[in-house]
Amino acid sequence: MSDVTAEGGHGAVPTGPQVPVEDQPAVSRRDWPLYEVFVRGKRGLNHVHVGSLHAPDDEMAVHAARDLYTRRNEGVSIWVVRAADITASSPDEKDPMFAPSGDKVYRHPTFYEIPENVPHM
Amino acid sequence: MSAPTLDRPAAERPDEAALQRQFDATIAADRRIEPRDWMPEGYRRTLVRQIAQHAHSEIIGMQPEGDWLLAAPSMRRKAILLAKVQDEAGHGLYLYSAAETLGADRADLTDKLIERRQKYSSIFNYPTPTYADVGVIGWLVDGAAICNQVPLCRSSYGPYARAMIRVCKEESFHQRQGYELLMTMMRGTDAQRAMVQDAVDRWWWPSLMMFGPPDDDSPNSAQSMAWGIKRHSNDELRQRFVDMTVPQAAVLGVTLPDQELAPDPETGRYRFGAIDWSEFKQVLAGHGPCNDERIARRRAARDDNAWVTEAATAYARKHES
Repeated sequence: MSDVTAEGGHGAVPTGPQVPVEDQPAVSRRDWPLYEVFVRGKRGLNHVHVGSLHAPDDEMAVHAARDLYTRRNEGVSIWVVRAADITASSPDEKDPMFAPSGDKVYRHPTFYEIPENVPHM
Repeated sequence: MSAPTLDRPAAERPDEAALQRQFDATIAADRRIEPRDWMPEGYRRTLVRQIAQHAHSEIIGMQPEGDWLLAAPSMRRKAILLAKVQDEAGHGLYLYSAAETLGADRADLTDKLIERRQKYSSIFNYPTPTYADVGVIGWLVDGAAICNQVPLCRSSYGPYARAMIRVCKEESFHQRQGYELLMTMMRGTDAQRAMVQDAVDRWWWPSLMMFGPPDDDSPNSAQSMAWGIKRHSNDELRQRFVDMTVPQAAVLGVTLPDQELAPDPETGRYRFGAIDWSEFKQVLAGHGPCNDERIARRRAARDDNAWVTEAATAYARKHES
């Protein structure tokens, strides 16, 4: 037994030749997904994007977001979502994407001329 | 969200000159560049370098004051200091988050810091031998940081500017707690007053160096200002800091260690003595009083806590699906 070595914090896991140990790749924070964080500042307001963080899972992401983004009562509710799960409009298509709403001026109240003497309109 | 891929085949790539014009127009109109917008490679590189360096400074910046967490003289002071050091960690994380919107990898940035391939502010390489240092860091170092950071709230890169807004809100508490701590010590014994003066003597010049080299020796400044990343030159910010601080020193009752410090009757601003830039360069090159200690501790924090990361990852994998 003299050539038995050990690994783990307190030598708890013997790794001698007679004990097969699976060769596990080292894990690091690199493997933690990126989460985008949204905070509701107070009741009555929308959740607003405040930043991002890395966490091993959804639950830890909420805890980390609490510690990181609400140290001064900045929020009453937090959403986290994996950044990879967000689908966004493409910045390259910015113009064709939003142009259709640009030429519909009749969607705005200022398009309509109403005489001054009509009240409450 | 991840950065746009830049390696698309040339045929699909929109005309680069048109994109550059669009970028220039956005900057000229003082509007913000957002993560998935096209941007010149130099702009992206400069931002990653500056934001990473800034983030590293916040993270390393926990150490000088962190040394006093267990030795703070009362529960009140301990709670304040703990909150402040926690804020510095938060500031670092806001900034790493901003750097990631440019395609940088957070773990990679930490590795670069530990391998000394990226820098952090020279100021955090000075020691904190007395408790007055905690107060002076809040007053002078955080005061200088505020001068630097307030204009960055209008930086042309959206995520950086937004991170700086959060940082600046919190930084004001840092400066005020430091000044209040010093006022308390100045009302104490002669020994306490001497301790404050000694700390001011040691931190004044390094604080002035925080603004970086003089304008005529700051090669990246002009481009950064043209891009709207920086809003004022190093010398201008340094001058603002001096003008702000001199009256504060008078109220506190300490002497700033500069014989040449005097109001300029023509400009109404303060003239001050020559800064020893050789010291700045030495510290930046890794030869300051605490460079090795700071990096060693950051490395130990990463390595010694790796098991926590591993445990959390293992737990997450076990509960997947």
